[in-house]
Amino acid sequence: MNTHYGRFGGQYVAETLMAPLKELEAAYESARNDSAFRREFEEILRDYVGRESPITYARRLSEHLGGAKILLKREDLNHTGAHKVNNTIGQALLARRMGKRRLIAETGAGMHGVATATVAALFGMPCEVYMGAIDVERQSPNVERMRMLGAKVHAVTEGSATLKDAMNEALRDWVANCDDTFYVIGTVAGPAPYPQMVRDFQSVIGVEARRQCLEKYGRLPDEAIACVGGGSNAMGLFAGFIDDPAVKLVGVEAGGKGLASGEHAASINGGRIGVLHGAKTMLLQTGDGNIIDTYSVSAGLDYPGVGPEHCYLHDTGRAEYSVINDDEAIAAFDALCRFEGIIPALESSHALAEAIKRAPTLPKDALLLVNLSGRGDKDMENVRRYKESKSQSL
Amino acid sequence: MNHRITDAFAKAKAAKRGAFVAYLTIGYPTLAKSEEAADALIEGGADILELGVPFSDPFADGGVIRSAAYEALRQGVTLDDVVALAKRLRAKHPETGLVLFTYYNLIFSKGLEAFADAAAQSGIDAVLAVDLPLEEREELLGVLRPRGVGYVPLIAPNTPLERVAESAKGLENTFLYIITVKGTTGARAELPPDLLDRLDAIRAISHLPIAAGFGISTKAQAEAVSAHADGFVVGSALVKRLGEEGEIKGELLP
Repeated sequence: MNTHYGRFGGQYVAETLMAPLKELEAAYESARNDSAFRREFEEILRDYVGRESPITYARRLSEHLGGAKILLKREDLNHTGAHKVNNTIGQALLARRMGKRRLIAETGAGMHGVATATVAALFGMPCEVYMGAIDVERQSPNVERMRMLGAKVHAVTEGSATLKDAMNEALRDWVANCDDTFYVIGTVAGPAPYPQMVRDFQSVIGVEARRQCLEKYGRLPDEAIACVGGGSNAMGLFAGFIDDPAVKLVGVEAGGKGLASGEHAASINGGRIGVLHGAKTMLLQTGDGNIIDTYSVSAGLDYPGVGPEHCYLHDTGRAEYSVINDDEAIAAFDALCRFEGIIPALESSHALAEAIKRAPTLPKDALLLVNLSGRGDKDMENVRRYKESKSQSL
Repeated sequence: MNHRITDAFAKAKAAKRGAFVAYLTIGYPTLAKSEEAADALIEGGADILELGVPFSDPFADGGVIRSAAYEALRQGVTLDDVVALAKRLRAKHPETGLVLFTYYNLIFSKGLEAFADAAAQSGIDAVLAVDLPLEEREELLGVLRPRGVGYVPLIAPNTPLERVAESAKGLENTFLYIITVKGTTGARAELPPDLLDRLDAIRAISHLPIAAGFGISTKAQAEAVSAHADGFVVGSALVKRLGEEGEIKGELLP
């Protein structure tokens, strides 16, 4: 199993967490080689999540842009409305196999929290979710959903009261309760084995998309594009194409108010190497190594680090990482609503915005595969508020 | 390599007591008050001082030390300030063991070579990085060792004994920091019932002195632990007192 990715990754945790990490590593290694485990995982993805998710040709949008065909991998159609559930099902199955009775999770936009609360209900396990107080407010529909599903939601008021602080609090819970508690991390970050494990559970996205593309278009896409906060939907998509050198892999970071403003969440483009939450990764930090508060209109991308494998793919040049600002993401959100009748998550709107930029520069037979990682119901209020504040400032 | 930490434990042993290891979050309530408190602790009998560097994301700490760290950061206290304070303390207190207690990113971000130079030149005896387990520590040891700066490994309640031995291997002028409870830093009314047996088991295999920490706040707890360990660490209780009273004076422990 991979623990390091070039100069990134590793297990930078308090000593008390080394025993649970080793236990997890061993359990995951055994599970991934167990065909019964894989079969059960696939069955639940099919019968409960509703996989496979289709790819949709965004015809009107593509024709309007007048260039490449934009294809959408429809993770928004999964049960719970995002890709997150692929991973929480895998981890909950593993928790059950390890005899852990309680699930905890951190969440930013709330999609991972909802996905964890969902599987906790499905498997009959108690669940507690840590969420920054600011996120609790800006993603309140998801807080309601988690509570409805029986999870206890803790609003974390410390630090910047966003995702990183939620993760700190989840780590504190895990240190104190590691004997009976499984920490369900929602992205390809954190200490090994999480980056590899989450990538494996999410790789269903890329594996399906590759096959669907070949079936429908007789060829692979020219580019596979996904948004990157921690980076799990992107790693899941990339996993299907990583051995196809002709397919360009594009990760899209949240530029917030623009890289120059300092108010963004673009760890790879705007950060430098550091250590946080268990891994060496690209980090947004001050000159003396404290973590900077990040900003993005999209809560799910609002995180100062990024999965170590993304940093490695950036180092090697296998993937490229671009930046989309709030206003471009909002414009892409609107475009998908109006041209295709699909309300995308603000996170996914970043990936879409990148495709909208690229499509007109490419020939009509080019294929841009965008991971539409989640649906936007949770963002309605944010988008309304964003537009209001913009129209007032004009 | 100097022997101040080894000597501090030897001195306590000769006096038939456990070595008193005192932790302060530097910069709380202010940098000046931290320095006064450090002086007072040393004069009051602390054998080793742990100088805590404030970090924005103290995920291994309980409420008291977290709040202290946030306040110190609000005042702009950095790693360089803590190292400079160590240098002043070293000039005043040539025999006290000084341990820099930090999250790894702060020293990694500064650059490991530059940090190790500064630590050595400031009279810091050893470094403790909370989130740098055995698996990852070699890159730091590689720069500390040639400069004669030690490293303090953490041992958790769930660290197997073979791993304890592995963690102690190759280290000198330091001690094993035995975490008494699964959880974050902070005072506890009761220490775990199996703690003393655990300390005996670790002591039996360690060539380094061992000090127990997390949760110790009273003289009675310190004495109970000292019968089975070479020293004890008090942190949150001192930080809390400093916050409430603005200084450390009189008896160090209630």
